Amino acid sequence: MDSRDWIRDGVRAVAGGLLAVPLAVVNLPLFLFFVVGLVLTPVFGIGLLVLPLVTLLIRARADAARRLAAGRGVAISRPYRPRPEKAVFGGVGYYRWLITDPATWRDFAWLVPGTVIGLVLAVFTLALPVYGAEGILLIPLWIWLGTDSYGYGMIWPIETLGEGFLSLPQGALILAIGIAAAPYLRRADALFNRLFLAPTRAAELRLRVSQLTVTRADTVDAQAAELRRIERDLHDGAQARLVALGMTIGLAEEIVDADPATARKLLAEARETSSAALVELRHLVRGIHPPVLAERGLEGAVRALAMALPTPTEVTASLPGRLDTPVESAAYFAVAEALANAARHGGARNTAVDLWHTGDSLFMRISDDGRGGADPSGGTGLRGIERRLAAFDGTMSLSSPPGGPTVVTMELPCALSSPKTSPSSGTG
Amino acid sequence: MRVVLAEDLALLRDGLTRLLEAFEFQVVASVDNGPSLLPALLEHKPDVAVVDVRLPPTFTDEGLQAAIAARQRVPGLPVLVLSQHVEPLYARELLTDRAGGVGYLLKDRVANVAQFVDAVRRVAGGGTAMDPEVVSQLLARHQPPLAALTGREREVLGLMAEGRSNGAIATKLFIGEKAVSKHISSIFTKLGLPPSDDDHRRVLAVLAYLDV
Repeated sequence: MDSRDWIRDGVRAVAGGLLAVPLAVVNLPLFLFFVVGLVLTPVFGIGLLVLPLVTLLIRARADAARRLAAGRGVAISRPYRPRPEKAVFGGVGYYRWLITDPATWRDFAWLVPGTVIGLVLAVFTLALPVYGAEGILLIPLWIWLGTDSYGYGMIWPIETLGEGFLSLPQGALILAIGIAAAPYLRRADALFNRLFLAPTRAAELRLRVSQLTVTRADTVDAQAAELRRIERDLHDGAQARLVALGMTIGLAEEIVDADPATARKLLAEARETSSAALVELRHLVRGIHPPVLAERGLEGAVRALAMALPTPTEVTASLPGRLDTPVESAAYFAVAEALANAARHGGARNTAVDLWHTGDSLFMRISDDGRGGADPSGGTGLRGIERRLAAFDGTMSLSSPPGGPTVVTMELPCALSSPKTSPSSGTG
Repeated sequence: MRVVLAEDLALLRDGLTRLLEAFEFQVVASVDNGPSLLPALLEHKPDVAVVDVRLPPTFTDEGLQAAIAARQRVPGLPVLVLSQHVEPLYARELLTDRAGGVGYLLKDRVANVAQFVDAVRRVAGGGTAMDPEVVSQLLARHQPPLAALTGREREVLGLMAEGRSNGAIATKLFIGEKAVSKHISSIFTKLGLPPSDDDHRRVLAVLAYLDV
């Protein structure tokens, strides 16, 4: 981090401290209204309206705290249960949904300590920079104007003009310390909030289960569709051709003595049929699992793919080992789809593929200099990539401003297996 | 002519042996796995080797790797590589030494016996035999610079890239050898390639132009 970043980060943190004061104060009325709503529920049933309303406000407040924490590098996911379909605002179901969610009570428990800690940390965040700024700005001015019995920093009271100006370097130092400390104080606040606002282990697992249910269903659907396609291709293609082949050869066998010339013609026809069947099988195999992927792994297969593309495509890769076969396949098809998309819609003159692996994730970046403006929700191609990756908890992000360039970045959590053992070492 | 054969499927190995021997080739060694291929090639130094890309034990590309390694030790050792699928990438790796005597064909091509035997002979003689599928992928990739060629010239260029001689191109296109020469010199002028009288060298120049 160079000094500009350091100052920018510090100033932003001080501003965050300023914002934290009103936010902390808002917690108290929310706390009171929640108690009132709770008390009023058995009395007039007014609580059925008041309590959900207050709860939603508290959640909005907690979400704000989560967003601020995220800005400090502390990720806090939302712990709330999804709303039951039939529950409507003001109804008993809605009330029960909120009241039975442990996250509601954890939010409530957070309000008061959140205020106290929030205010204390905000005061710490602000005090040093404010005092430092005072040293820089005010004291020399006051001395100039002839105020007595006042001091600053280590000099107290200030008696001469010279001493007065000494407060300037002291102020600068204190301001610098304050700005340096502010990000850590904000982070401390975020960490404290996480204790209350993050999902409990149980809630986290519940969220994970519902997410896995969705991706599993998607994966199973996609696989079933894929198998149906393969079955149809085999049935209408290679299988039918083999039947025709058998018939042609059988016929040639029948007439070979009586009419050798026709038999010869039939055999030539049979040979053509067999090569057509092979072409079809080859295309099919390429679609299931490209042979070059099995032989060379992701890097080699992407290089082979790039060589077959009409637009010049530069591949840079640093993958020290092979990936697991299913992950490798998903990664390959995701890259292939992204490249096909770039060629189809982007009007690109050049494309580039970057592959790299950090400790626990594979990253794939496909960029092109086309006209941009790709819509992540629009194309089925991009949706398909997302679905492929989701099966392995992978994600995709797209940046495509109008006029380009378009950059698709995909991340796939996975480990690399032992450094290249099988391929390209069989030469001995 | 002496041949070393590497193919793991017994059915295909026997078939190829029978086919080659019917055309006066002598199969001096046939191996069914990667590790024993390189020693066999170095020991027999055959007139031509016919090698399957994918061999045991890893069933990846050890046939190809062994062929490339053998050519590093015995420059120009003629090798015809067969595969169920073809990749321009592998063609590039085979051709990097620019020494000639390289073939890269789909296994399907064996079915056309006369053409296959012709390809084996061509490779043994230091020529090139590139699969039409590889060539068509290469031509598709170089659409813009090749747009200057006429349709006939593109056909001739494709057949040249496959490694065929002028005579073979003439027969295939039902034109005279003179016409073929004219097309070729026109192609070389348009693409800015240095003219050459040697068939093999011309083929290599074309493949280099296509960035293999």
